[in-house]
Amino acid sequence: MDIFNQNTEKGNHVSGIDRGKVVMYGLSTCVWCKKTKKLLTDLGVDFDYMYVDTLEGEEENQVVEELRRFNPSIAFPTTIIKGEKAIVGFKEKEIREALGF
Amino acid sequence: MKEEEAAEEGISEEVDKVYRRLNDQAEKSGYHLNPDVEFTKDLVWGLLANEKRYGYWSCPCRLSANNKEEDLDIICPCYYRDPDLNDYGACYCALYVSDEVFRGEREIESIPERRPPHEQRETSRAEERKRAEMMETMEFTGELSKPVWRCKVCGYLCAMDEPPGVCPICKARKERFERFM
Repeated sequence: MDIFNQNTEKGNHVSGIDRGKVVMYGLSTCVWCKKTKKLLTDLGVDFDYMYVDTLEGEEENQVVEELRRFNPSIAFPTTIIKGEKAIVGFKEKEIREALGF
Repeated sequence: MKEEEAAEEGISEEVDKVYRRLNDQAEKSGYHLNPDVEFTKDLVWGLLANEKRYGYWSCPCRLSANNKEEDLDIICPCYYRDPDLNDYGACYCALYVSDEVFRGEREIESIPERRPPHEQRETSRAEERKRAEMMETMEFTGELSKPVWRCKVCGYLCAMDEPPGVCPICKARKERFERFM
């Protein structure tokens, strides 16, 4: 049994209030990503999250290319709101405001 | 479920052990781990998970290339720790914090990524290799009796035929030294 991989689900959908399409790209080992996911969950918005370190090959490349468009350094967490606004990092105030809270 | 619980306990023991060792090491060499112990242990868990996946302590908050040579700069402690401690009071993932943050006089904010993008890193690595080759062929007559090696994690310098196996200051391994002079 591999306990280290136990928590590394690739990602999921969290149902909630519709504030447009919200996607959080994170890493399964990143504590700031965990905090961002918790913030979005606590705000109760509808969002998807994806742990990029759990992807492989073409799937990983695609996501990395998508992230590069928003931020050439490719940093996590990156929260993309309505496919246009990207918030890089756990920036609570900015995320709240962008989602209308 | 008993087996799972036992495994979980084993992991948390391992995390505790590594946390204590890191904390000891940090305090002895003038650094501080983040005083939020729960947060810090989560990062230690991430480091151990990465060791298992990649074979080295890739930063838990950065995407690993699963290639040690490419990731030498982000093996914990990373090359960016000290500049980030100076500028933001914490390293990128906030495992290490400055004196001010440790004493509760400064809050940690989200830290911008200092690591250059991939293409830029490739270019600097190529330049570094060229420089190393040049140094290799330099003759050390007269001015320098030995080459000088620099630890890229903490800046420690030593004049020896080879860099040390482990940095005596920050414990970074041999492959993280560069030829300085």
